[in-house]
Amino acid sequence: MKIKQLSLFLENTSGRLVDALSLLGDARINIRALSLSDTSDFGILRLIVNDVDRAYQILTDKHYTVLKSDVVAVEVEDRPGALVDILRILKDAEINVEYTYAFVERGGEQAILIFRFDDMEKGIRALQGKGVTLLTADQVRTR
Amino acid sequence: MIFDGKHECMPLDSLRELQEKRLRAVVKVAYEKVAHYKRVFDENRLKPEDIKTLDDLDKIPFTYKNDLRDNYPFGMLAVPLHDVAEIHASSGTTGNPTVVAYTKNDIALWSHVMARTFACAGATPNDIVQNAYGYGLFTGGLGFHYGALELGASIVPTSSGQTKRQLKLIQDFGSTVITCTPSYSVHMAEEAMASGIDPRTTTIRLGILGAEPWSEEMRREIEEKWAMDAIDIYGLSEIIGPGVAVECPAKNGLHLFSDHFFPEIINPETGERLPDGERGELVLTTLTKEALPLLRFRVGDITSITHEPCEACGRTMPRIAKIFGRTDDMLIIRGINVFPSQIESVLLSVEGAEPHYLIVVDRERGLDRLEIQVEVSEKLFTDEVKGLETLRDKISDEIENVLGVKAAVKLVEPQTIERSMGKAKRVIDNRRI
Repeated sequence: MKIKQLSLFLENTSGRLVDALSLLGDARINIRALSLSDTSDFGILRLIVNDVDRAYQILTDKHYTVLKSDVVAVEVEDRPGALVDILRILKDAEINVEYTYAFVERGGEQAILIFRFDDMEKGIRALQGKGVTLLTADQVRTR
Repeated sequence: MIFDGKHECMPLDSLRELQEKRLRAVVKVAYEKVAHYKRVFDENRLKPEDIKTLDDLDKIPFTYKNDLRDNYPFGMLAVPLHDVAEIHASSGTTGNPTVVAYTKNDIALWSHVMARTFACAGATPNDIVQNAYGYGLFTGGLGFHYGALELGASIVPTSSGQTKRQLKLIQDFGSTVITCTPSYSVHMAEEAMASGIDPRTTTIRLGILGAEPWSEEMRREIEEKWAMDAIDIYGLSEIIGPGVAVECPAKNGLHLFSDHFFPEIINPETGERLPDGERGELVLTTLTKEALPLLRFRVGDITSITHEPCEACGRTMPRIAKIFGRTDDMLIIRGINVFPSQIESVLLSVEGAEPHYLIVVDRERGLDRLEIQVEVSEKLFTDEVKGLETLRDKISDEIENVLGVKAAVKLVEPQTIERSMGKAKRVIDNRRI
């Protein structure tokens, strides 16, 4: 139950984010979620898009350094405390979260949390054991 | 294959005899025909007859690149212009270009030493040589051309640049030998892979690479990328162009054709000659050139020499080590000598790093600041900030270990550092000293 995320290496200079994202916009690629980690010199832009392979191709053609990596998408109710419930499950199973970001579904009832764990398989087992809903790539694309 | 076994494997005592005979002749010609040398000899109360053996050589003052510039364009020539067959010139980015000239005999000599070079590197008359050195005033293009012609190989004179076409011709013609700068061979391999061609699957089996210093690590990387032997060649326009020295396939030093070009290694500060194995500046004396004889020319390249005959190929020509750097691109950072080649070695020793880097030196409030920009390739990239920070710190620590100087490492996006068709630009020095 893993989905593919794209990670992009960007220099921390003005205009680099718009340069990269406009390539995707021009190609009609839809970004479902994004997160940007930055340091003073460089940043890593993480993207969930509707067409991973095409987006990867477009960016590598323009010499961006891009990585496809595995993350999990967790669906929770959009209510106070929902994220904490998930994090407690992970804490109890001694799983470390490398990073996470979130977005709200189109209907506004549910939220989707993107996670990267130090041990992906163990994290997935722990969540599924507690009956948490993990989404497939298709589900993420359409919701 | 040894192209000229009689000379390349000459017993050392006969070689010395030949060198001394030729030295006496060239000193006489230089004194009689070149006003600069007459003046220098006279000022030092030196007569051509005083130079009898190689031991007398250090009585002769050095010749510098500036002597060529000061005598621009033809003041250093020992023959009238109508005996000159070909004239080449350096790019001359600072002031006058350096002019070098060849008689017809000089061109024959150049062809001969370049044929020796090709054979020593492992090329044969059956090879198809794609010559991607620039044709024109730069001596690389024509020097390799003449050598391949003399050897009897087939030449594809593509000159430098137009990488896509280079790759197409390699595939269509089945070229087996590529001649170009090491950095251009890396660039070609990258372009090939970007357009879906695996350079390892082409017919190229041998690269004869030179015109800029490169490290052993870069050699390994090039050999791996192309699945070919990468052979280092050395030369310079003032002496003849390419064709001064070359490795044999054992890659254990560059055999220097000392029956035509006599080498010394000196301490660049004191001018004293250094023993075998010690690193210093290369000084060359042309023994047989007609148009532009040069006595004790300060080359500016840093290397060491051994006079032990090569066990692998049997040549008795002395061997110089891979060029370590140049006296003039040596950077002095907070009083410590730093060569770009050292930084290159560090980058390549960090797993998977590509040799694309730029050294930027600034001076902030009186302190030198060294920054190394390194392109982040897909191999180096991890999706986590801490992974990249670890990489950056590892490079920075290694540089400090090797150089004894702290460097700020900046990770930059691929293709942001300028690629070179000719010599790689590795250093930007913004200090105003």
